Amino acid sequence: MPRISVKVDGIAYEEDVEPRLLLVHLLRERLGKTGTPAGCDTSNCGACTVMLDGKTVKSCSVLAVQADGSDIVTIEGLAANGSLHPMQRAFHEEHALQCGFCTPGMVMAAIDLVRDTPDPSEEAIREGLEGNLCRCTGYCNIVRAVKRGAQEMGQAVKSS
Amino acid sequence: MIPASFDYVRPGSLAEACQELAADEDAKVIAGGQSLLPLLRLRLAYPTKLVDVARLPELAGVHDRGDHVFIGAMTTHDEVMRSGVVAAGAPLLALATAMVADPAVRHRGTFGGSLAHADPAGDLPAVVLALEGVLVARSAQGEREIPAADFFVDYLESSLRQGEVLVGVKIPKLGDGWGFHYEKFHRTAQAWAIVGVAAAVRRSNGSIQEARIGLTNMGTTPVRARAAETALEGLELGDGLRQACEEAAADTSPPADLHAQPDYRRHLARVLTHRAVRTAAGAP
Ligand SMILES: Cc1cc2nc3c(=O)[nH]c(=O)nc-3n(C[C@H](O)[C@H](O)[C@H](O)COP(=O)(O)OP(=O)(O)OC[C@H]3O[C@@H](n4cnc5c(N)ncnc54)[C@H](O)[C@@H]3O)c2cc1C
Ligand code: FES
Ligand code: FES
Repeated sequence: MPRISVKVDGIAYEEDVEPRLLLVHLLRERLGKTGTPAGCDTSNCGACTVMLDGKTVKSCSVLAVQADGSDIVTIEGLAANGSLHPMQRAFHEEHALQCGFCTPGMVMAAIDLVRDTPDPSEEAIREGLEGNLCRCTGYCNIVRAVKRGAQEMGQAVKSS
Repeated sequence: MIPASFDYVRPGSLAEACQELAADEDAKVIAGGQSLLPLLRLRLAYPTKLVDVARLPELAGVHDRGDHVFIGAMTTHDEVMRSGVVAAGAPLLALATAMVADPAVRHRGTFGGSLAHADPAGDLPAVVLALEGVLVARSAQGEREIPAADFFVDYLESSLRQGEVLVGVKIPKLGDGWGFHYEKFHRTAQAWAIVGVAAAVRRSNGSIQEARIGLTNMGTTPVRARAAETALEGLELGDGLRQACEEAAADTSPPADLHAQPDYRRHLARVLTHRAVRTAAGAP
């Protein structure tokens, strides 16, 4: 069985994995990172989105062996010193979730978008989140939250 | 679903990858995995071994080679979209790539993987066909070049032979006077094209000198709209455009599926070709 080394939310792991093990299952079942849900399992819904070396990927569509040597950040790795990431806080404050199933993926995709587009328009937000489906909210509050999160992320950078 | 078992290797060089493939005829290349992993999970493919070529340096990068742009097969869609060399030398490809899937899929999926997969619903095969790209393949026996017109053989079937790795693609630069557009008709933002049209048009003195049109999802392979290309040649920009584009669906056998019947696809091909050509030609 191949041995891989990955860093997940700042902690280094060495794991023996079957080649067919999907990254989402490594995260959830081996490392206990159940904050990342598996939704459609067909790379459509985006619920399983994580950052792989700083870029979003759908973790149900990556083999754990393909991630060997990578740095992974999940929704569980965003909060620092016990306080939520500005994008998480914005989702909370703008009531951008109902059941919450899509939220981890939405937040990761939103952070990825803001990295490229610090002050995104509504259109840019809707396009940036095109790979993430929400079955509850109708997206309006999500768009508002991403706008607010983007502003607060900008301020967080400025004040730090 | 969980895929059936397979072995996995990540060779350090292209030569080694070719050896791995030569040694096992049921081994398969994996690139970004964005098309292959869904097939494995649905258990529609049973390779014995996956040969991971995604990190091979020989397959990486975008290079300006004077009269053409060379795009390494493992260049991700995201990298193609951000490349200044592609924007300058192959703008049609940049336009179409931005319409592929969604950001997370574009971070993993590769240009070469999209072509090797040979899905007629994929956006990039029709673009490479219209731009008359040349695909470079390597096996243990050596290297060969395959013009795009000979590359797409059938549904999900390319002319790559068992044991061959797609190294990259040469996209000839089209000089001054050319304009480009890609029209994609789909149900939702991240979805595949019901029909897509890639158009490259050279105009001078208010008329079209040459048009190249590639159609997405209008048959078991991407196809050129030859009859429309001929009808457009020498045409003055104006009312005649729409009529010439009525030829766009000639000699096609579009598929029937949940999204559209063949006659509707033919209708789309005509309408979208008109839009794509009009925009590419800069006509009002
Ligand atoms: C949700 C979703 C939506 C999508 N929407 C679109 C869309 O709108 N338009 C579109 O065009 N595509 C779309 N795609 C497909 C996407 O573009 C894939 O990136 C692409 O089809 C395959 O690229 P890959 O690098 O992931 O290849 P893989 O999945 O790794 O490989 C695909 C096939 O090509 C072979 N292969 C790959 N590389 C090589 C090589 N170098 N040499 C020889 N054989 C090779 C593999 O053996 C396999 O058979 C979508 C995918 C998903 C998951
Ligand atoms: S579970 Fe991965 S995209 Fe839906
Ligand atoms: S909040 Fe339920 S799916 Fe988005």
